Amino acid sequence: MPKPEILDPQGQAVAGALGRLGIAGVADVRQGKHFELEVDDAVDDETLHRIAGQLLANPVIEDWTVTRTS
Amino acid sequence: MTRIGVITFPGSLDDVDAARAVRLAGGESVALWHGEHDLRGVDAVIVPGGFSYGDYLRAGAIASLAPIMSEVLAAARGGMPVLGICNGFQILCEAGLLPGALVRNAGLHFLCRDQRLVVESTASTWTSGYSAGAEIVIPIKHAEGRYVADADTLARLEGEGRVLFRYAGENPNGSLSGIAGIGSADGRVVGLMPHPEHAVESLTGPGTDGLAVFSSVLAAAAAA
Repeated sequence: MPKPEILDPQGQAVAGALGRLGIAGVADVRQGKHFELEVDDAVDDETLHRIAGQLLANPVIEDWTVTRTS
Repeated sequence: MTRIGVITFPGSLDDVDAARAVRLAGGESVALWHGEHDLRGVDAVIVPGGFSYGDYLRAGAIASLAPIMSEVLAAARGGMPVLGICNGFQILCEAGLLPGALVRNAGLHFLCRDQRLVVESTASTWTSGYSAGAEIVIPIKHAEGRYVADADTLARLEGEGRVLFRYAGENPNGSLSGIAGIGSADGRVVGLMPHPEHAVESLTGPGTDGLAVFSSVLAAAAAA
């Protein structure tokens, strides 16, 4: 996700479109990315965080979380 | 003759123009390929504009990991001058050679126009041929040109005179402090969103204000 202090004009455009759908009450929209990786059990959380921090996200502008599901 | 390498990635657009600008400035251009670990003995490197690897993931993100970039990183750390133009600037930021990042223009639109800039500092390898404070016209053409950096980084860039180019007049893309181009601490690595290689001939551009970027590095190489 873009960091809170980073202006997200794409999210703002989505928020504007919601208004045109007649939907009220959505104060803000922020747009990010979601990646699904299929990994071996041997790939540990540290490696997943390394993948996120070194390639999938740019730590200068984005925060990220890693969630493991089975 | 000073040899300036110009990298071609899949999706590069302005490599040919950059090579031509090098030749018009009096240098020899050398084609470099993204997939090779070979800088061919060049004296400086230009990372050109375009949409490397389709800008998949983020603009410049995948190109920053290309085989040639590991050579560029090593050479830059050894003092070789490197210039990133537009997508090349994005690549240098993604590679960590320059601080900050380039994100979507505040107005969302792709901008393609002749842009007035102020040359803020001539204390870099790629701007030494300008006069400080000069106003020049260079084309911009980008959708992700809004420079962002944290407050400490911005203060450092401003304090050390590393903001090299700033947009004149209205800020076209919401860039932090109107920043159009920055340099490394030693002034050898420079990135900018505007395209100086498109302003090297009156016939094909708004003027020749971009030529000094290329003549600056040639002068630096000649003096070395």
